[in-house]
Amino acid sequence: MARAITPQRKALNTAIAWTFGIMIFFPILWTVLTSFKTEAQAIADPPVFLFFNWTTENYTTVLERSNYFRHFWNSVVISVGSTVLGLIIAVPAAWAMAFVPGKRTKDVLMWMLSTKMLPPVGVLVPIYLIFRDIGLLDTKTGLVIVLTLINLPIIVWMLYTYFKEIPVDILEAARMDGASLRNEVTYVLLPMAVPGIASTMLLNIILAWNEAFWTLNLTAAKAAPLTAFIASYSSPEGLFYAKLSAASTMAIAPILIMGWFSQKQLVRGLTFGAVK
Amino acid sequence: MGRITLDKVRKAFGDVEVIPPLDLTIEEGEFVVFVGPSGCGKSTLLRLIAGLEDVSSGEIRIDGQNATDLPPAKRRLAMVFQSYALYPHMTVRKNIAFPLKMAGLDQAAQDKKVEGAASVLNLTDYLERRPGQLSGGQRQRVAIGRAIVREPAAFLFDEPLSNLDAALRVGMRMEISELHERLKTTMIYVTHDQVEAMTMADKIVVLRAGNIEQVGSPLELYRAPRNVFVAGFIGSPKMNLIDGEEAAKRNAHTIGIRPEHITPSPDAGTWEGTVGVAEHLGSDTFFHVHLPGREEPMTVRAGGEVSLHHGDKIFLTPDETQLHRFDAQGLRI
Repeated sequence: MARAITPQRKALNTAIAWTFGIMIFFPILWTVLTSFKTEAQAIADPPVFLFFNWTTENYTTVLERSNYFRHFWNSVVISVGSTVLGLIIAVPAAWAMAFVPGKRTKDVLMWMLSTKMLPPVGVLVPIYLIFRDIGLLDTKTGLVIVLTLINLPIIVWMLYTYFKEIPVDILEAARMDGASLRNEVTYVLLPMAVPGIASTMLLNIILAWNEAFWTLNLTAAKAAPLTAFIASYSSPEGLFYAKLSAASTMAIAPILIMGWFSQKQLVRGLTFGAVK
Repeated sequence: MGRITLDKVRKAFGDVEVIPPLDLTIEEGEFVVFVGPSGCGKSTLLRLIAGLEDVSSGEIRIDGQNATDLPPAKRRLAMVFQSYALYPHMTVRKNIAFPLKMAGLDQAAQDKKVEGAASVLNLTDYLERRPGQLSGGQRQRVAIGRAIVREPAAFLFDEPLSNLDAALRVGMRMEISELHERLKTTMIYVTHDQVEAMTMADKIVVLRAGNIEQVGSPLELYRAPRNVFVAGFIGSPKMNLIDGEEAAKRNAHTIGIRPEHITPSPDAGTWEGTVGVAEHLGSDTFFHVHLPGREEPMTVRAGGEVSLHHGDKIFLTPDETQLHRFDAQGLRI
């Protein structure tokens, strides 16, 4: 039975939804607005909202002072690289857990997830020392490895959930049809799991792109991604809010645009299997 | 091609033995039906033959070759699943061609075989559709098409018709029987529906709790059930089983009489009872008759138009030549 919703109720719901939506979006909007102010306007009290002298001077300064495109490229390599490497490891792992579970599969899954509950700073020193000794500090390879390890539990969990939705009969049919394990995965499992894999990929690219703890602590100049680029504008003495905002806007813009275009896929992937 | 031998095949899941050591030979070209109530191990047995489950001990031979440890892909068997198990992301053409592609056939050979199978199964107009755009019967035909293009040593059917509606089920039953006539390939068919078993099989294997209760042709099982279980399971409506005095009179622990071997009469007969439910099917009428001192009603078949109704007095006369007698262990005497 459909529930009757009065127009007033609908208006109220809409208002609540918009309020929360704006609250969530406001920091991003404020950052973008601030990036177009002068430094003086940026710290003006009371703050100015829309009526100020719009300027692109901050962007010019930021682009002159630092090499945005090198950071951008590092971010792309690190986030895409760690996601692809993660998927290569996670697909067979999730396959095994979903389709040939053992007695301890559930425990292994929980244990993997529990590593996400560990404060990363707890392992910073050992990882830093290991990276120093084997020469991975400030390298893209090093960051790809670390971010793969950090996000692997999430990738495995997401793929596991999607794979569980695929009827085992279909994989058995492929086996009966003469498919080797590799063919079974390539021709049957992966094509059927495309929506799930795509949203796993998108989510992990976003997570890796925004990851700041490891990228800041393990890089100096060469491999620094956009997070380090933003951080370089936040200095303890004399804050440059407008320039910091410009750098932030430039750092989040690519991922924001990607998220915007893929939101349908993301939502579909995240609710995959919830409704048949 | 297609002789399958099971030699002391046993299957246990942990401590639970679902199939105690079992011997069975399926001859080349035979249509064998595994039938039994749900949970009797018939599907597990089929999956053991397919290689989708590993045997705990014993040996499976296909055409004399030991196949016990061969992966499913190497056993040259094709399987049709209850859920059809079509590849939803592929067109009908690609579904049917999939085993051929896996076998490494070139595109031209694949197309030729797919089109051959499609014309046999009336799927030619649907080759470019996806499974989601087909009806249940069409999907089942695609699943069969995918099985026949491989020219397997044997076909395995796991309750293939249970997702179809009644009318379609009868039609598909005929199609599968015709397919067997034409291909002469060994077929193993699992069902819980004894009507399917009776109408399709050359040989029926009745299973209960993983044990083979009886193996034989449909009519052998109908005429001479080896025990009470088979007697009650084969035949529709079920055989009437009677214990006690009536059985003792005939030197048995239990006697069985099929509904079609009892003559009903409004005036005189061996047993007297009252009509409970009367099912008028047009061609036949089935009376459920309550006899004094008996809880379960007796089922009796009468001709198409008999004017007896609920509560009427009725007399029943069993055909003594068609009585089945069983001992205290339930075995046929």
